[in-house]
Amino acid sequence: MLIPHPLLGLRDAEEFTYLGDASLLDRPDPHAPDAAQQFYEYQHLRDNPAGIHRELWFHEQGDRSWLIVTRNTLTHEILGAELARDAKGAKA
Amino acid sequence: MTRLSGGLIDRSRSLTFTFDGKTYQGHAGDTLASALLANDVRLMGRSFKYHRPRGVIASGSEEPNALVELRGGAWQEPNTRATVAELFDGLAARSQNKVGSLGFDLLAVNDLLSPFFSAGFYYKTFMWPRAFWEKLYEPAIRRAAGLGSLTHEPDPDAYDAGFLHCDLLVIGGGAAGLTAALTAARAGAQVILADEDFRLGGRLLAESAPLDRPATDWIAGIEAEFAGLPNLRVMRRTTVWGAFDHGIYGAVERVSDHLASPGKRVRQTLWRITTKRAILASGATERHIPFADNDRPGVMLSGAMRAYANRWAVSPAKRVAIFTNNDDGHRTARDLLAKGVEIAAVIDPRPAASGAGYRTIQGHVTGTKGRLGLSRIEVTANGRSEWIDCGALGVSGGWNPNIQIASHHRGRPVWHDGLQAFVAGPGGPVGLIPAGATSGQSSTAQALVSGAKAAQAALADLGITATLPDLPQAEDQALNLKPLWHVPGKSRAWVDFQNDVTVKDIKLAYQENMRPVEHLKRWTTLGMATDQGKTSNVTGLAVMAELTGQSIQSTGTTIFRPPYTPVALSVLGGGDTGTHFRPRRLTPTHDWASRQGAVFVEVGQWMRAQYFPRAGETTWRQTVDREVLATRTGVGICDVTTLGKIDVQGADAGEFLDRVYCNAMKSLKVGMVRYGLMLREDGFAWDDGTCARLAETQYVVTTTTANAGTIYRHLEFCRQCLWPELDVQLISTTDAWAQLSVAGPNARKLLQRVVDGFDLSNESFPFMACANLTVCGGLRARLFRISFSGELAYEIAVPARYGNALIERLIDIGADLGATPYGTETLGVLRIEKGHAAGNELNGQTTAQMLGMGRMVSTKKDSIGAVLSRREGLVAERRVLVGLQPVDASQPVVAGSHLFAEGAAQDTASDQGWITSACYSPHVGSAIGLGYLDNGDAQLGEQIVAANPLQAQQVVLRVVSPHFVDPEGGRVRD
Repeated sequence: MLIPHPLLGLRDAEEFTYLGDASLLDRPDPHAPDAAQQFYEYQHLRDNPAGIHRELWFHEQGDRSWLIVTRNTLTHEILGAELARDAKGAKA
Repeated sequence: MTRLSGGLIDRSRSLTFTFDGKTYQGHAGDTLASALLANDVRLMGRSFKYHRPRGVIASGSEEPNALVELRGGAWQEPNTRATVAELFDGLAARSQNKVGSLGFDLLAVNDLLSPFFSAGFYYKTFMWPRAFWEKLYEPAIRRAAGLGSLTHEPDPDAYDAGFLHCDLLVIGGGAAGLTAALTAARAGAQVILADEDFRLGGRLLAESAPLDRPATDWIAGIEAEFAGLPNLRVMRRTTVWGAFDHGIYGAVERVSDHLASPGKRVRQTLWRITTKRAILASGATERHIPFADNDRPGVMLSGAMRAYANRWAVSPAKRVAIFTNNDDGHRTARDLLAKGVEIAAVIDPRPAASGAGYRTIQGHVTGTKGRLGLSRIEVTANGRSEWIDCGALGVSGGWNPNIQIASHHRGRPVWHDGLQAFVAGPGGPVGLIPAGATSGQSSTAQALVSGAKAAQAALADLGITATLPDLPQAEDQALNLKPLWHVPGKSRAWVDFQNDVTVKDIKLAYQENMRPVEHLKRWTTLGMATDQGKTSNVTGLAVMAELTGQSIQSTGTTIFRPPYTPVALSVLGGGDTGTHFRPRRLTPTHDWASRQGAVFVEVGQWMRAQYFPRAGETTWRQTVDREVLATRTGVGICDVTTLGKIDVQGADAGEFLDRVYCNAMKSLKVGMVRYGLMLREDGFAWDDGTCARLAETQYVVTTTTANAGTIYRHLEFCRQCLWPELDVQLISTTDAWAQLSVAGPNARKLLQRVVDGFDLSNESFPFMACANLTVCGGLRARLFRISFSGELAYEIAVPARYGNALIERLIDIGADLGATPYGTETLGVLRIEKGHAAGNELNGQTTAQMLGMGRMVSTKKDSIGAVLSRREGLVAERRVLVGLQPVDASQPVVAGSHLFAEGAAQDTASDQGWITSACYSPHVGSAIGLGYLDNGDAQLGEQIVAANPLQAQQVVLRVVSPHFVDPEGGRVRD
């Protein structure tokens, strides 16, 4: 697989380490009244879509960027990749 | 010798080879199969299940029968197709899957028992009693039904792996592949042409007159042009065996398999080819027509028979017959006739089919004779049968395009009514364009045009304009095929030769309702094994379609997966075996430690000194006991470089560390170090280490050796994905700094001798202090007063390249202080004696509370894992870390033993915990251990039983403090 790194262009997937669903960016508020429940869901509950999936990849053998890669889990087609810190920044 | 005239063999070069110990001669350009045929050897193997005598049926990589063992000793390679084994001088080959000789195989008794060995036989028969499977059934079946044997010796050959990139990969160097590569290379694109054969040309080499000029002349012209095109790489003997995501293809190049003395060359190379576009010009494989007893040596594919005659100048017999349902069979008859081979008859069920110069019978072949090779065929026409003498029979049932790679990514083959075959359909690998036979072209002329046009289209996608080359006039005949999937009859008619699957087996599968193709395959084993049904799959499907009354398209086809042809596991490893299996990291003091005769141990990728034996020490325990006592009474030195080191800098560095460690770090004073514990987000303990604040905005944190990579990754996740607003930067400096632990009562005295005027007194550099300084006259260094051993101890770091010199200097100038190097064994004993947790205690299933550090998890701030560490289940955890010591000092303590109350039943319900770490303690004078014990803090002084059922061992232990050495911690602060 090839991953289109936003800074470095197409890079082989072997250079990356996979983590999982990009929902891990949304760490709950630890001070919320239902923080325990929210953290339980954050930690353990994931969607497992057959189709479009936003997921986290770490360019471990490269520039050490965390990327959010949008991938079709059925075809492995990669629809895009962005720096996680940009995505997180845009959300904030 | 049955050599004919012509051919593409070099008669001036004779090669000597052996088959089953007998010596034969062949020529350069021969394959093992063609050379054997030229020596009148038709019997080449035994079938998988019935041990029927078998000969070669094909001339290429699709061969199901002629599987042999090549070479000998550790070099022995089983299941090699004789049709692709390039002949070289001294080649030694043996037949396989037999007991006795190939001509008289004792297991041929299986053939007589065939009524019992029908489809699904193994599934039905060997089910009960269950215990018999492993001991009796499986070994017997494996011995009887099988192919070649393994040597059980390590592979002595070298392999390599490489990466290639191109605009266009052309798979196959036949008519379509050659014009595709030519078109693309002339346009300036980066092109790779890969072909599995040792000679380019594909079927062009097998035909008598496919072009308006000699095909070899045309190919030679193209090869000459190729040689002058630096943007084209031609890879002969290279099989593209699989399509992977995003235009990546796997290929194996047989670098030296064909050489008598490979010298220092690797045997094979695994190539990963990253492409923008690819063209599948892999041609087609002929299929046969099942009829009664159609598996005798001498019955072969008609196209293969023609290839042997035209390319290798050999005929399997002097008198041959052809059985065909299309015009291609007549082409074989004409070519063989022209070479002087006698054509006994051409049997063709189509009305009005005939050819000049030979007898044509409108009928079917309905039987054969000849125990170890064909002698006669029975031909039935108009209800009357006759026997015709012939030594070989060419069978042509049409051609199946080699669409395997086009179907690797869920590409669904499409049925082509005109060809009566599957061609490449939509949905296959993105960027792969079929050309020639795989796109449904059946003549040479069509293939030539199709290849060039495919290349033009592929390059147009990439914005490169390509011009179609001038092409020669070529053969452009239709097959005029009339479907004939098998000749009905009562005797066995083989569909899949390699797996001994007959038409009857498919009928049985149908009767037993194993009708979907995937069930059919597994019930009968149709299309399994090394040939993956290249000559049998479609025929098998057609027979099933006939039985169900469905069309072949709706019957479907099984999905092809890589590899296209068998690939050796060795080449998939690409030579990464033994010490090359993974990277080996050496510590900065490795050279010095080697010179001291250190014994090394693999720790992850690192090679660490395990202990330093001295003359006279006969066991490792003697060495380790000495190293431990030397450290506790003098000073010991250990390379601890392998611990992860992460430099954390930025205005928000303290805030960042507060969020990743469960305890506070922001409050740490500059020049001080603090122990830190990290939790996983699920609340369990993850990793521990030290955190040193070297400056207002700079911390250096350490991780365990095992977690150096994962913790760094996690910290980058926290920084980039959770809190990008923080001003903090991270870099791993594990390899940049050599770090030595200097521990023991003489540690200060020793270090005083190397520091450049630095005050090491307890007042100015107390326990848990850190500093930047210089040593040995100006070498920059870092000093940390931290202790893993419980002794007065420091860790000193210098740039990695000075690590070797520093340990040498310290040992040298510390001789009078008892300076002693120690390894990981002693490191372990020292920390167990002190009760410090390590990987055994931090195993991912334990909590801060269990480690006795529950109060470290700050409630004043949030940190990773803090919320879930307060879960009910974790808070209720009552097991805590304790020390364990045998009541009888001579008894052992074994890590992994479980703890039970004395007299209690030893079962899960009464389990009280387990021993995590154990060692012999020279300080205590007995074995000791650490472990987790229910309410351990309340059980101090009590006795408990450690059960080790694996060795039927029961040892009574006393529960003690985990700090066997200096529980008050006076030494570290001294």
